[in-house]
Amino acid sequence: MTKNFSEVDVVIVGMGWTGGILSKELAESGLKVVALERGAPRSAEEDFSIPRMRDELQFGIRHGLMQDLRRDTLTIRNNISQTALPMRQLGSFLLGEGLGGAGVHWNGHTWRWTDMEFKIRSMYEERYGKKFIPEDMTIQDWGITYKELEPYYDKFEKTAGISGKAGNVDNKIQEGGNPFEAPRKSQYPLPPLETSLACDLFSGAAKNLGLHPFPMPTANASRPYTNPDGAKLGQCQYCGFCERFGCEANAKGSPLITVIPFAMKQSTFELRMHSVVSKVHMDKAKKVVTGVSYTNLQTGEECFQPAKIVILAAYGLNNTHLMLTSGIGKPYDPVSQKGVIGKNYSYQTGTGATLFFSDKIFNPFMSTGGLSILVDDFNANWDFDRSGPQFVGGTTLNGGMFGGRPIAYHPVPPGTPRWGKPWKEAMSKWYLRSMSIGSSGSVMANRYNYLDLDPSYKNALGQPLMRMTFDYTPNEHRLSKFAAQKINEIAKSLNPEIMTPASPRTGPWSVVPYQTTHNTGGTIMGTNPSNSAVNKFCQSWDAHNLFIMGASLFPHNAAYNPTGPVGALAYWTADAIKNKYIKNPGSLV
Amino acid sequence: MSDIDNDLRNQSRRQLLKGALVSTAAMGVPSLSNAQSIVSDGDKDSGSQVAAYVFLTPAEASFVEAVVDHMVPADQLTLKGTDLGINVFIDRALDGSWGKGDRMYMQGPWQVGVPSQGYQSPLLPSQLYRAGIAGTNQACEKMYGKSFDLLDPAQKDEILKLLEAGKVDFDGGLSSKTFFGVMYQSVVEGMFSDPIYGGNANKAAWKMIGFPGASEVNARNIVEYKNKRYSPKVMSIADLS
Repeated sequence: MTKNFSEVDVVIVGMGWTGGILSKELAESGLKVVALERGAPRSAEEDFSIPRMRDELQFGIRHGLMQDLRRDTLTIRNNISQTALPMRQLGSFLLGEGLGGAGVHWNGHTWRWTDMEFKIRSMYEERYGKKFIPEDMTIQDWGITYKELEPYYDKFEKTAGISGKAGNVDNKIQEGGNPFEAPRKSQYPLPPLETSLACDLFSGAAKNLGLHPFPMPTANASRPYTNPDGAKLGQCQYCGFCERFGCEANAKGSPLITVIPFAMKQSTFELRMHSVVSKVHMDKAKKVVTGVSYTNLQTGEECFQPAKIVILAAYGLNNTHLMLTSGIGKPYDPVSQKGVIGKNYSYQTGTGATLFFSDKIFNPFMSTGGLSILVDDFNANWDFDRSGPQFVGGTTLNGGMFGGRPIAYHPVPPGTPRWGKPWKEAMSKWYLRSMSIGSSGSVMANRYNYLDLDPSYKNALGQPLMRMTFDYTPNEHRLSKFAAQKINEIAKSLNPEIMTPASPRTGPWSVVPYQTTHNTGGTIMGTNPSNSAVNKFCQSWDAHNLFIMGASLFPHNAAYNPTGPVGALAYWTADAIKNKYIKNPGSLV
Repeated sequence: MSDIDNDLRNQSRRQLLKGALVSTAAMGVPSLSNAQSIVSDGDKDSGSQVAAYVFLTPAEASFVEAVVDHMVPADQLTLKGTDLGINVFIDRALDGSWGKGDRMYMQGPWQVGVPSQGYQSPLLPSQLYRAGIAGTNQACEKMYGKSFDLLDPAQKDEILKLLEAGKVDFDGGLSSKTFFGVMYQSVVEGMFSDPIYGGNANKAAWKMIGFPGASEVNARNIVEYKNKRYSPKVMSIADLS
């Protein structure tokens, strides 16, 4: 028997960054908000305490803070001719779970995506001509502009306590910052992190080659910080247990210590944990949504929560899954290219080199989630001519390590045996004496990369798993070749004693080795219902009281990490709901 | 309390907690700086070592002990794998939640798939390990007339490389490459994970590479020790508990 709750103004599915931001903003405006989180509650004081949190095996290797795949996973294939099989263990990407979501275990990299992404098709067509974009590359303009988002980027940066160096304030280029970033109204709330030797070497080499190095903008607080809401962040201790771990020092900008406690203070807000949502319901006329069904995982009880507004704020992949299982919007079909839900799933393209110097000490364990120096000359720099290397998109290059946890990190020179005395000697010699240079590259949308429901496999609720069909295309292979060349050029200029060079990626995308948890697309934003699931206010074209958050909104994936625009779009949507939608419910465009 | 005392204290505590007897030699390794002489002295005594198992059968234990001692031999850097407790780590991991497939999606239908689709065996990691040991020992009997633990070092290298390349045919079609991948990872984990799990005795693998363990507070160190060796007392979870 279903337990029916009384109607509230807003029900929010998922309690990470976007659920936390929307919960706080809407509850503070007086709306009655219920948030549903499938995972468990957690607190820094208890769950991330020392020494518990300094356990690489439990959290770094066995994924203690991540999604339990026994209950839900995806099926994976590289192309539509293959049979998709379940991702039985986490690997290529790590899905979060629990209060605070992936905002607990992220590294903190926070970028402002620019009009180069939001107007991607028009800008490339204008500069390079229509034929430069391959026919099967389904990139599209987003319908939003950098100028519209700027105040919301600013708000998110100040909420999360981003450390960084501005490169462009009001169109004035700032020494030491990223000269290719879009103009900002203000500096970052915190100065950049200290640098490591790896950062310094990369920075010097990049400068010598005429590039423009700058520190990573990141939610690792370089100083103690109180954000505009009054949330207190501690100073980062460079402990090296950042990505995949919670922060005991409260130095990582996380929804758990920023927005969520402020939502909890509101009498208009209620949070229900262990509540996994299975369906968003539409009314009979198929004009609006009426609420969500969920299972209380502690009792098995089925519940229905009616609401005037439904906001999907789970991880992007889960938002897409929920749209597909709810039957809202037309599922995308790669053959006919009709439908929108599941369209334009994208990922990222990375490679890297390891440099070995017997006369240097890098102390890789003294690090944090965003401790690196980057160059943006081959990404946000629109003057960089893509017609030579022949790709759409871009790549950032970076020097530095985010930690030196030894199960995963014990670099040895190429050709070292994998066991025995020479292996031990090499690990002993090089652990402190090597550094990495890496790249993070875009992935353009392709008509054959998409998400739909799997015909065979089910989750613990008996629903079909979501099926991911993805592979890299020649565009990304060219980008990867270019990135590897540039990395090796920088690396060689540092004259390492030994080097494992960066290599272009080859072969199909594999679910096995960790690559990146930047999965985008599936419920994409666009200018009209035929090419997208939502409009620029993240509002469903199919039901005006349904809003969708997260990187599933992105019509393609950039070189930059996604959390900057994810946070900005959450604040932007909160404003649109508070200031426009509530006064006049209906389509906002 | 000196580093040596501290290490001794933790060593005895670990023995009580885990029921694993580690050689007295392992207890005497205070730090990397003077490890060389002590390790070589200790090696002579290490025959007295006994490990108790909860998952591994005697034949499986012999295999695992031989693997970890071959992959992690005693040298000037550390004691050998069994003296670091890597065999004990593996036994406990196989018996525990990891070995039983915790957090893995294990619903059928089962298909081999392509390598890019990852682990698709219906076997739990502990079952895979068991089948892989049996398969490897059978292959060793065929090739050399004896089980893996009785091979000479060159033969061990040969068979391990064949497993790594997936070139050993196991009965029933299990992939020797998949087995090797899981086994290799377990050796690395037993070597480098916190000693609380039974391996990395005396934090020896951390000391070997210069990883200071679980205690890092480096906001000042990152400035003061740029391009300089930083050698604090290596701390484990138990040391900080």
